[in-house]
Amino acid sequence: MTTTDTTLTFDDAIAAYDPLLGFEVHVELSTNSKMFCGCPTEFGAAPNTQVCPTCVGLPGSMPVVNRTAVESTIKIGLALNCEIASWCRFARKNYFYPDMPKDYQISQYDEPLCSDGYLDVDVVDADGNHQNVRVEIERVHMEEDTGKLLHTGGDTGRIHGADYSLVDYNRAGVPLIEIVTKPVPGTGALAPEVGRAYVQALREVVKSLGVSDVRMEQGSLRCDANISLMPKGSPVWGTRTETKNVNSFRSVERALRSEIIRQSNVLSSGGTVVQETRHFQETTGDTTSGRVKSDAEDYRYFPEPDLIPIAPEKQWVDELRAGLPEAPGLRIARLQQEWDLSDFDMQSVVNAGALELVVATIEAGADHSAARKWWLGELTRIANSQGTSLAELAITPAQVARLAELVDSGTLNDKLARKVIEGVLAGEGEPDAVIESRGLAVVSDDGPLLAAIDEAVAANPDVVGRITGGKPQAAGVIVGAVMKATRGQADAGRVRELLFEKLGVTPE
Amino acid sequence: MSSQTSISTEQVAHLANLARMTLTDDELTRYADQLDHILHAVARVGEVAADEVPAMSHPQPMVNVWREDVVTPGLSAEDVLAGAPAAEDERFRVPRILDGE
Ligand SMILES: [Zn+2]
Repeated sequence: MTTTDTTLTFDDAIAAYDPLLGFEVHVELSTNSKMFCGCPTEFGAAPNTQVCPTCVGLPGSMPVVNRTAVESTIKIGLALNCEIASWCRFARKNYFYPDMPKDYQISQYDEPLCSDGYLDVDVVDADGNHQNVRVEIERVHMEEDTGKLLHTGGDTGRIHGADYSLVDYNRAGVPLIEIVTKPVPGTGALAPEVGRAYVQALREVVKSLGVSDVRMEQGSLRCDANISLMPKGSPVWGTRTETKNVNSFRSVERALRSEIIRQSNVLSSGGTVVQETRHFQETTGDTTSGRVKSDAEDYRYFPEPDLIPIAPEKQWVDELRAGLPEAPGLRIARLQQEWDLSDFDMQSVVNAGALELVVATIEAGADHSAARKWWLGELTRIANSQGTSLAELAITPAQVARLAELVDSGTLNDKLARKVIEGVLAGEGEPDAVIESRGLAVVSDDGPLLAAIDEAVAANPDVVGRITGGKPQAAGVIVGAVMKATRGQADAGRVRELLFEKLGVTPE
Repeated sequence: MSSQTSISTEQVAHLANLARMTLTDDELTRYADQLDHILHAVARVGEVAADEVPAMSHPQPMVNVWREDVVTPGLSAEDVLAGAPAAEDERFRVPRILDGE
């Protein structure tokens, strides 16, 4: 074997090999109670306080299926264009590991609740062109989450070298959905982006259904990314690795990229890729070797004798299908068209986390350009400076809509509107209350304006001369002086109008 | 279905390994023989089951028994840990999982 360290770059790897992708995504459902018992599912409770005989596997306890968890799984399946099984069973997956107190996990094996679907994802290639990639879904099945282990002793808190482990079963039995794709061929250099876009699109779909909070950082959405390489044009698939611990969209992309580079170097130096689990390292962006798949992984699945089959009635499935929200990808495309935005502008709205806020502001009466302007402008600036998100700002879409209305009617100018935002965020009440208490309304009575104009005209005879002499653009000086005298509370357009009226000049 | 079921000592050794049991060679041979008898007995059921009798995993012809998504009281940490061989920091304490690899 002629090993010459890492010599192939990502581009070299893609020139020589075709990547084949596959994803297994686990989603924790946000039901009130667990999959097979009535224990609560809240994240972050004190250890072993959300447990009962069933979820710690005490003798004599029996599981009973949570109907809402089945319903949520069907919704996910439908949103991913899957077939819903008319009859299916749970199965026992047997293994010895203390994260499951029963020594088996209740899962589904050869009879998943949902199968044969797809999700279309949008990626942008090197030339800036959008490409649609259809990711085929093999199956969506139900199972239960495991407990959490804490490895003690040793040096790093890792399982290797630990003296013993501590187990918290709060999470054991929380409804978990596994979404498995079919192999995704033909993505070439876009493979890492496709991976990221798939997980991102999947998260949006599940989020739109309201069945999970899908927070990668809290582990309610977890992604395992499979990848193998085959020499270009080869009909034979290579040996795949499965990378775990990929905790963000960006990590999915980085993990695939680094695994493509690693495998291509193994292969090009005459080595063989070992079928194994690898762990993504957030700090280095590399994957490290984990468990080698072996005979020991014989789970002896068999139908769960303590549960009877699930047979969703057609009418129920039809009702759920009819109640599905618009698919997120289609919705964005529709809104982009309605708002007449470029790809770039629409992407800005989405990236700013402003989509729902803008939609709600429009629903509250604002037009889309005003809604976008406030959320992406002043409010984004404030959110950034406070290190928070738009959704967490203490201002509602209805308040922003009211603000836009007040600007539109001339009661506020932009500068005053920003002061109103400041007041609302400071907890001074509704925009109208802030205007009232801070005395912020634009001066609309012409009387004080005319007085201020008279003063400014008297103070600037040379400017007046230029205006009347055919240079109406010089009016800015007078308008500025009036705005200054009224401390910004005048409507500049009205001041200009009154000035021209007084001087008997017709602008343009 | 044929009744040629026979189980090797290698298969018994594999099952013993999966079940974390240490068996002697004598035991492997003895259990292979016993399991063989059991499998043959079960296989006879297959001989009488006609094609129209579907395989079943549950004796009751029922589907869709479920509960509404409602939280019910469980055990306190104190109670759930009371039967644990060892506990620490309100958690079950279990022996080292991987031998120093
Ligand atoms: Zn429980």
